[in-house]
Amino acid sequence: MSDCGFRMEDSRQGPVPVFRLTLGAMLCAAVLVLAAPGLALAQADGGATATETAANPPAQAASVWEAVLFYIVGGTVALTALGCVLSTNIVRMATCLFGTLGAVAILYFLMAANFLGAIQLIVYVGGTLIVIIFGVMLTSKSPWVKFNPRPVELLAGGAVCGLLFAGLAVAMWGADWGRLTPNPDGFEVAHIGWSLLTTYLVPFELASVLLLAVMIGAAYLARPERGE
Amino acid sequence: MLTIGLTHYLILAAFMFCCGLYVMTIKRNAVGILIGVELILNAASLNLVAFSRYKTGLLDGQIVALFVIVLAAAEAAIAIAIFVNYYNNLATIDVDRGDSLNG
Amino acid sequence: MAEFSAEDALRSPWNPAYKDRAIRLFLVLAGLFVAVAVVGWLALSLLGFGREPLVLLLVVIGPLLTGAGMFGTAMVIRHHAVVGGLLKRLALPIFLGGVVGLVVAIWVIALLYQYVDGIEAAQSESARQVFTWFGGPLTVGEIQGYLTGGPATRGGWWGVPAVLLWPLQFQLVRDIIGVVGVVGFVSLVAMVAIWGERKVSADMQSRLGPMRVGGWHGWAQSMADGLKLIQKEDIIMDGADKPLFRLAPYLAFVPALAAFITLPFGTYWIFRNLDVGLIFILAMLGIEVVGVILAGWASNNKWSVYGGMREACQMVSYEIPMGLALLVPVMIAGTLRLTDIGELQSGGFHTWLVFSNPFVFAAAVVYYISSLANCKRAPFDLPEAESELVAGFLTEYSGFRWCLFFFAEYAAMFVVSGLATILFLGAWHSPLPFSWAQAWWGADWSQWTLWQKALGGILFSGPLWFVAKAGFLVWVQMWLRWTLPRIRLDQVMYACVQVLLPVTMVLLLGASFWGLLVKPGTLVAQITNAVLTLIGAFFVAGFFAIAAYGYRHRRRLVGNMSIEALPGA
Repeated sequence: MSDCGFRMEDSRQGPVPVFRLTLGAMLCAAVLVLAAPGLALAQADGGATATETAANPPAQAASVWEAVLFYIVGGTVALTALGCVLSTNIVRMATCLFGTLGAVAILYFLMAANFLGAIQLIVYVGGTLIVIIFGVMLTSKSPWVKFNPRPVELLAGGAVCGLLFAGLAVAMWGADWGRLTPNPDGFEVAHIGWSLLTTYLVPFELASVLLLAVMIGAAYLARPERGE
Repeated sequence: MLTIGLTHYLILAAFMFCCGLYVMTIKRNAVGILIGVELILNAASLNLVAFSRYKTGLLDGQIVALFVIVLAAAEAAIAIAIFVNYYNNLATIDVDRGDSLNG
Repeated sequence: MAEFSAEDALRSPWNPAYKDRAIRLFLVLAGLFVAVAVVGWLALSLLGFGREPLVLLLVVIGPLLTGAGMFGTAMVIRHHAVVGGLLKRLALPIFLGGVVGLVVAIWVIALLYQYVDGIEAAQSESARQVFTWFGGPLTVGEIQGYLTGGPATRGGWWGVPAVLLWPLQFQLVRDIIGVVGVVGFVSLVAMVAIWGERKVSADMQSRLGPMRVGGWHGWAQSMADGLKLIQKEDIIMDGADKPLFRLAPYLAFVPALAAFITLPFGTYWIFRNLDVGLIFILAMLGIEVVGVILAGWASNNKWSVYGGMREACQMVSYEIPMGLALLVPVMIAGTLRLTDIGELQSGGFHTWLVFSNPFVFAAAVVYYISSLANCKRAPFDLPEAESELVAGFLTEYSGFRWCLFFFAEYAAMFVVSGLATILFLGAWHSPLPFSWAQAWWGADWSQWTLWQKALGGILFSGPLWFVAKAGFLVWVQMWLRWTLPRIRLDQVMYACVQVLLPVTMVLLLGASFWGLLVKPGTLVAQITNAVLTLIGAFFVAGFFAIAAYGYRHRRRLVGNMSIEALPGA
């Protein structure tokens, strides 16, 4: 009988995957729970419900929460960006990009840019990433094709980027940013809409014209061949 | 280390930028290069929003980051259309093979 | 290829011969835990900590309860036949009791939150500045003092409720309880929806559906299916991308759960009241597409890839009319905060947003159709078409992973129905205006007695109304699935881009002009509101009339065959 690809030692019986999946679900729930106070703490007071008004934690605990969340989510950003660099399979790169984009969106929520975080999730993750994955699927011959660059290129690229990062990090660590006026409360959506229609009206209209040009261009580029 | 300030976000964004730059340099798959571009754009947006939150306290950083997101989406759409055409014409997505105009 | 032989079957952990080993294991564990509890109590009494409720809980009561649980498990395994018979007879009362108990528990917990907030509010200024090692303003002693009406001390029997109330002041603990509640609610909704889908499809096809499992109309069918799926074999095909294959169900399931973060069940029954709540939910629904594509791709099966790509195409395309149609009532409400949009509709049937504007009326229909396509429900269920693509992107998924995808689908169905309820159909308010309740019982609802609040929740506005309306919309989704035939992919895209999208643009334009030209309270607005309310009431009344007619004449319409007695009918 020909080998259909199924080997006895690959099969496992019983609830083993259930435990892993439950553990994974619990981890996701834990992430949700950890993110929730961060979301709450980064809100303007309009975000608190009536039963929470007497239970707001003091400022020190808030900044500890923010730090914990920043390190976890920022670590995810760094790890997934590194995953994009190190993975050789293009679909795995796209998945790591998904992780990066989602983690950056959570960072936007942490910085009280709620509207921007939601738009990042809708447009970037739900739009741009889908386009990229479609591109991957339309242009790949098989799931496991790898293009390996030469080692000399890897070394040179790694050296340049490593030096750049080191230089930037050192420069930014010791920099004096002048007078800081932080704004922990964020802005209301109405404020953003108002400024899009007053201060930033010209870029807004230009962006819409650009999007029209992009739509026409993409439709033209992707048209089917006319049998020439 | 326990109070998050401007520097933390800037260093994180610099790391993402360098990863994106490395991806753009190294990868031979055209879609991989596009992924590097997206990493760089995200790093820039993160920078802008961090400055808006920690230094100026104004809305401008968030608005510009909004425009960056919109433009990145538009650019990715056009790039994928171009790559699909490239693949249809050259039967490969390897950008090193697009050398028919070389001297 | 290795054959699957009889010895392999005997090596399974579900082999009855392993039952004795399991019983022995659990008895030994029970003994261990009880021993730990006894030794712990002796040590604590000797060291002088015998009265500290928290330490007692951790060292003595916890292991004792765990040991009792292990002993109970061993006994259940040994006498499983008797236990099975008992469960079969008492199953329905237990389940109903569990559901009612869940509702009561949620209410009791909300009352406890208010109680703890009351204690905190009653603190003196000096006591409020003292922080315990965990950072909370309330100590156990203060809670105990409040309960007993005496000074703030610790220890003794009043310490037990004080220790149990102490964690409730922390936002993290409340969040954990909320997460557990949401996950439990979503699981319950998915289980009931799966059973309901089978019963609804059966009713529409003149047959009976599940009738045996659990007794009354097979109500336990979902639980039986879940148990079966959990113990299925974990199969991953050889050429599949294993990490991505394992990751994809999470990417589909977690966003559907995360959408409940900003979905309000009532004005204060919301996890986090984000000011961009609506867009957050739309974002979560958009992330599910990534999970679906990865599931299709990682299966290394061309039917899965086709299904996944068609699916992504359809879901992403229909997000546009969905989002734009949702903007039409947002234009009237002027806010993206879902609780504010819900509060606008508290004045009775005619204040529901769907009746304020002919454009919102049409937008409700457009939104509902787009949400059907976004949830891959028929008539847009080509990605799951059983007769065409095997199972589309789900082909290679079996067991618990498949179960996760289905949970995600039913959770998403509830979320989009919930959004439709909040934005169009009056959120958590009943058709009676809230001002009547205020006229009867007083203007400030927080001053009402417990019974008035309960009655108000049932009659006027409360989470039960939200769940009922959203559940009704989910039922309508099932109704449409089993009535309408499936449409082709090019017809799906035509419907989206050439029909729904221009209609949505026109609705947006029309709603903008309406908002500019017709001010609320003028004659035109009131006449439009009245006309649309009458049309809506006509539809509701017509629905109930047809349902009553169908019920009265069900023997003639359906035929005697389906109503004859079957086991358990």
